[in-house]
Amino acid sequence: MRSANPYLKFQSQAVAKPYFVFALILFLGQVLFGLIMGLQYVIGDFLFPLIPFNVARMVHTNLLIVWLLFGFMGAAYYLIPEEADRELHSPKLAIVLFWVFAAAGVLTILGYLLVPYAALAKLTHNELLPTMGREFLEQPTITKMGIVVVCLGFLYNIGMTLLKGRKTTVSMVMMTGLIGLAVFFLFSFYNPGNLARDKFYWWWVVHLWVEGVWELIMGSMLAFVLIKVTGVDREVVEKWLYVIIAMALITGIIGTGHHFFWIGAPEVWLWVGSIFSALEPLPFLAMVMFAFTMVKQRRRQHPNRAATLWAKGTTVTAFFGAGVWGFLHTLAPVNFYTHGTQLTAAHGHLAFFGAYAMIVMTLISYAMPRLRGIGEAPDPRSQTIEIWGFWLMVVSMVMITLFLTAAGAVQVWLQRWQVDGVALPFMATVEHLQVLFWARLVSGVVFLLGLLCYLYSFRQRARVVGAPAAIVY
Amino acid sequence: MFILHEPRRVPGDLAMWFFILAELTVFAILILAFAVTQVLKPEVFAQGRAQLDTSTGLAMTLSLLTAGLLAALAVQQVRLGRSRQGCALLLGALLVALVYVWIKVAEYAHLAGSGLGLEYSTFFTLYWVLTGFHFLHVLLGMVILGWLAWRCWQRAYRVPGLSGLESGVLYWHMVDLVWVVLFPLVYVIR
Repeated sequence: MRSANPYLKFQSQAVAKPYFVFALILFLGQVLFGLIMGLQYVIGDFLFPLIPFNVARMVHTNLLIVWLLFGFMGAAYYLIPEEADRELHSPKLAIVLFWVFAAAGVLTILGYLLVPYAALAKLTHNELLPTMGREFLEQPTITKMGIVVVCLGFLYNIGMTLLKGRKTTVSMVMMTGLIGLAVFFLFSFYNPGNLARDKFYWWWVVHLWVEGVWELIMGSMLAFVLIKVTGVDREVVEKWLYVIIAMALITGIIGTGHHFFWIGAPEVWLWVGSIFSALEPLPFLAMVMFAFTMVKQRRRQHPNRAATLWAKGTTVTAFFGAGVWGFLHTLAPVNFYTHGTQLTAAHGHLAFFGAYAMIVMTLISYAMPRLRGIGEAPDPRSQTIEIWGFWLMVVSMVMITLFLTAAGAVQVWLQRWQVDGVALPFMATVEHLQVLFWARLVSGVVFLLGLLCYLYSFRQRARVVGAPAAIVY
Repeated sequence: MFILHEPRRVPGDLAMWFFILAELTVFAILILAFAVTQVLKPEVFAQGRAQLDTSTGLAMTLSLLTAGLLAALAVQQVRLGRSRQGCALLLGALLVALVYVWIKVAEYAHLAGSGLGLEYSTFFTLYWVLTGFHFLHVLLGMVILGWLAWRCWQRAYRVPGLSGLESGVLYWHMVDLVWVVLFPLVYVIR
């Protein structure tokens, strides 16, 4: 039997560790497939027919979703016991579900890579309950069912912990977000034949996740880490959290309308979608103010500088990526020209990275030294490496965003703005964007270096020498 | 006349003020959209507005303002330690707000019955979006007033712990305030 980890308030929090480790492995995979695609943008037949572009894209986006889910689950397993002030209901269930989810995830990715997508659909009997073929939700139906089972078990586990323990605003918001995540995923099981209707159900998963309930998850994870690293009163943090979630829900839910512009829905959505989504930057702005105010009012100098940097960084990057870059093309008259161009890709990259990849890394940065039993924080050298990783990733992702934004602007000009007969077709337009795509690829390589740097920062194995006698949780 | 010697303070919870700020921002953008479109399509707006009855709008305005007054008086009563009187005033506010709901629903039914729906013209698209969004806020405000009345009946608010009551009534004043802008903009201006 292993000796107890003194840096964990509750030993069952340790189940978060495999979730975090696996999340980061999948993140690495996601970035590698991103680079393959980045190269395919400029060298069209790179790795063809071994890994066609559409497959690489599917693997890139699916790995993103799955690693974030692993990250959220790990975060919940870490913070729910601590907030509820009791051990996790069943650590064994958490470990079993980890292996089920990991196996299902790996098999699905292998399925994408080893057999053609149509063959995968046949193999998994998609015809019995057709759910395949939609962006982000390409998983075979059997995998989707596996995800539902894992989510139910996960919600049962943390729900029981919460019910029996202390109920804090942070944990209740986290729980609400996670239940919402599971509930909205159910829309992925309905796949209407009518393409316009199909789009509604699809957005009710995708949009209500990233611009709805995931913001609750992000807000609560941020609040948890800020309470820990700043020592600011829980009451103050909770008030901020209320404001953030209220704004996120007011703007996010009705803001779904910005996806109904051109899919055959009534004209009223042009107004509703434009107006409500114009305010979607607000909750992200509130998060920036929240993080910086809390750090300014801090009551203690936490030894984990890197975690504090991540917490501040995620809010700023999310504000620009999700807020500013989202607003850039959310108004209907603008979106008429920019819909589905490289501008969307620019927004998608900075938003997903800033809001969700970075919040997961914020929590990992805070929790991992404790989970590994090496202290409240890694040694200064490891933190320096981690901070290098932070800046390399953030700066290169900003560069990727700027190059894609430029590509999007040129694309709109050549392909959309010009009148009939002069406007270029898509493939001819892409020819003009080659330089920008090369620049994006180079930024992508720097991003990989940043990620490797970050992963290397976990090299420290021994406990920090001279650890304090009293451990602050 | 009361002369207040206590230091100036912001009534209610600061978080509620932030929330109200966020809500007002949403309404401000909706109102701007309405006003700008009016400038762009003056005929469509003149035709649309001709279908609305100004006196109906005025009646709704008066009922909301009366409810606001009663809610404010309720806070004053509770501040003086008269919780039950506060409760009665809040119930009065709720009742007057119900008059607004009754008129508004009748107006909606009339317009919908005349085929002047969401898709009829740009004016009516914006009319329904703007007033409909406000209507939902009135309903939420009424739920809050009801809750406050119940809490007052239980004598749950005692000086200085009036933050919850003040925050709830503040929200209702926000709903009032928005309508005071909506009424001239939607019904009156030509």
